[in-house]
Amino acid sequence: MTGATVPENAPDHCPGVESEQAGKADACNGCANQEICASDKPKGPDPALPLIRERMRHVKRKILVLSGKGGVGKSTFTAQLGWAFAADENFQTGIMDVDICGPSIPTILGIANEQVHSSASGWSPVYVQDNLGVMSVGFMLPSAKDAVMWRGPKKNGLIAQFLKDVDWGELDWLVVDTPPGTSDEHLSVVQYLKESGIDGAVLVTTPQEVALQDVRREIDFCRKVGVRIIGLVENMAGFVCPNCKNTSEIFRPTTGGAARLAKECGIELLGSVPLDPRIGKSADYGVSFLDEYPDSPATTAFLDIIDRIQEILDKEGPSS
Amino acid sequence: MNPSISNRLQNVKHIIIVLSGKGGVGKSSISVQLAWSLYSSSPTARVAILDVDLTGPSIPRMMGVDGHAVHQSTDGWVPVFVDREKSRLGCMSVGFLLKRKEDSVVWRGPKKNAMIRQFLSDVRWGELDYLVIDTPPGTSDEHLSLLEHLAPVHERLSSVLVTTPQVVALTDMAKCLSFTRTVNLPVLGLIENMSGYVCPCCGEISNIFSTGGGEEMCKRDNLTFLGALPIDTQLVELLDASAEQATSDTSQPDKPIDSVSLYQRYHATTSSKIMQDITQKIIQALQPSSLTSNHEI
Repeated sequence: MTGATVPENAPDHCPGVESEQAGKADACNGCANQEICASDKPKGPDPALPLIRERMRHVKRKILVLSGKGGVGKSTFTAQLGWAFAADENFQTGIMDVDICGPSIPTILGIANEQVHSSASGWSPVYVQDNLGVMSVGFMLPSAKDAVMWRGPKKNGLIAQFLKDVDWGELDWLVVDTPPGTSDEHLSVVQYLKESGIDGAVLVTTPQEVALQDVRREIDFCRKVGVRIIGLVENMAGFVCPNCKNTSEIFRPTTGGAARLAKECGIELLGSVPLDPRIGKSADYGVSFLDEYPDSPATTAFLDIIDRIQEILDKEGPSS
Repeated sequence: MNPSISNRLQNVKHIIIVLSGKGGVGKSSISVQLAWSLYSSSPTARVAILDVDLTGPSIPRMMGVDGHAVHQSTDGWVPVFVDREKSRLGCMSVGFLLKRKEDSVVWRGPKKNAMIRQFLSDVRWGELDYLVIDTPPGTSDEHLSLLEHLAPVHERLSSVLVTTPQVVALTDMAKCLSFTRTVNLPVLGLIENMSGYVCPCCGEISNIFSTGGGEEMCKRDNLTFLGALPIDTQLVELLDASAEQATSDTSQPDKPIDSVSLYQRYHATTSSKIMQDITQKIIQALQPSSLTSNHEI
């Protein structure tokens, strides 16, 4: 691969960020990162990488949960995935929340007031139950009201720490919940985990075109950075009125919804989860929706999707 | 600071930044509705909307100007005019700069920062009564850059907060509020979006994302509660509607999708009525006297 050190977004003829010419070549004029490249900071691979590789050697499966648009249910889906995996006591599961400016995983899992403890072997994740550990910036803030006003590099630093300094132990699954978009957090997670291998990404969307448009961008992102897409989950598909039991579509799939998008892009539609007001309620109270409402059609849909993800990954054996 | 930004914005009376902590609560849809309502609030009102959600721009689609291109003039970039020849409602988004709509913008902070600076300094904003700025979720690069670049016109800045009623969104809203206080950005008020859903079949109201949380928060934090918008499927469809036209129009990307009729259809929705009240409250709050008295917030 030529120009492995040339960023995706670099101007034409970028000499590469690790080259002697970085920040000094003609092509660098006008590049937003020129100053960073030209500064005397040591070049070369991130020193965190070998440490991350060591930690991640003990993690069997790593899954990213992505979506282009916000509020489509990434964190809710991540939490259900965590709970469903942890229902099998032979599995150890970890959830890493890299949504640094808006961490909702602690609330959804009902551990909002917990703190991170550090020990000789690193930061201990907060345990929801014996086999479900969680790490989020939410555990590190003095108050839930505090805003994390960080620019990219600081967020990247924390993500690296989450991967190298957290004592995850032996994990069968590590599920990474991300913020919306395709920016610093996503690039960093992918870069830091590249060597240890990411098993794949689950994309979450809602049925309306505005959300699908963002998913297309997310698919493009996955292809650019070389992360395989496990499949697409359509959330908030149809709403069953608790009164008349009729289904209505709140976010109407004006362009064929996730099914058509999946077909167009050649990815698998893992399933559609109907909108159940009790999902949001469970998230607010921090209880497992799957356990609380086993009869809901949404529970069945979630479990089918989770089974399918396991099936897809089992078929190909361990990644590393 | 940057002299060209203050020059560009010297004839802009009010800059309203739409913020929310959480994603998907309806910032963009509220921004679009606010722009439309401000536009119709007076026959001479000049409004523009700037979309700084760089990695997930949705404003072009919602306004029905998806696939349009930004034109370069000797005096800078020309915004895309939603009302075409009247040229009173302009729109600028990174979406107009992408070659294909499925292209992802995978940018780290510094590049986003540069883009935002360009939007403020290189676009021919001209004379505006209101510039509505739609932001991505969170409190990070885009927000800090925006505030930094807008510092020379800080006295004309204000913000509208959007949340949904559930706890998860309100926690993020609290962070967002801390942000506005830290950067000393006046808050005009808070809008609670997706507050209840009326079943089209039996009329039963379901509070899918709970209800009332936003109003309570306003009382607690001493904020103006601007209003609650229920989930309006008509609106969801409307904002999505240009889709069909857009996909069939890909052969002629320059052919304008009917953004005008979209705007007219909006006025038939229930949301537009509620939004009108909210807009009146916002206009009121922007009156010189009330803004200074609100300044300590």
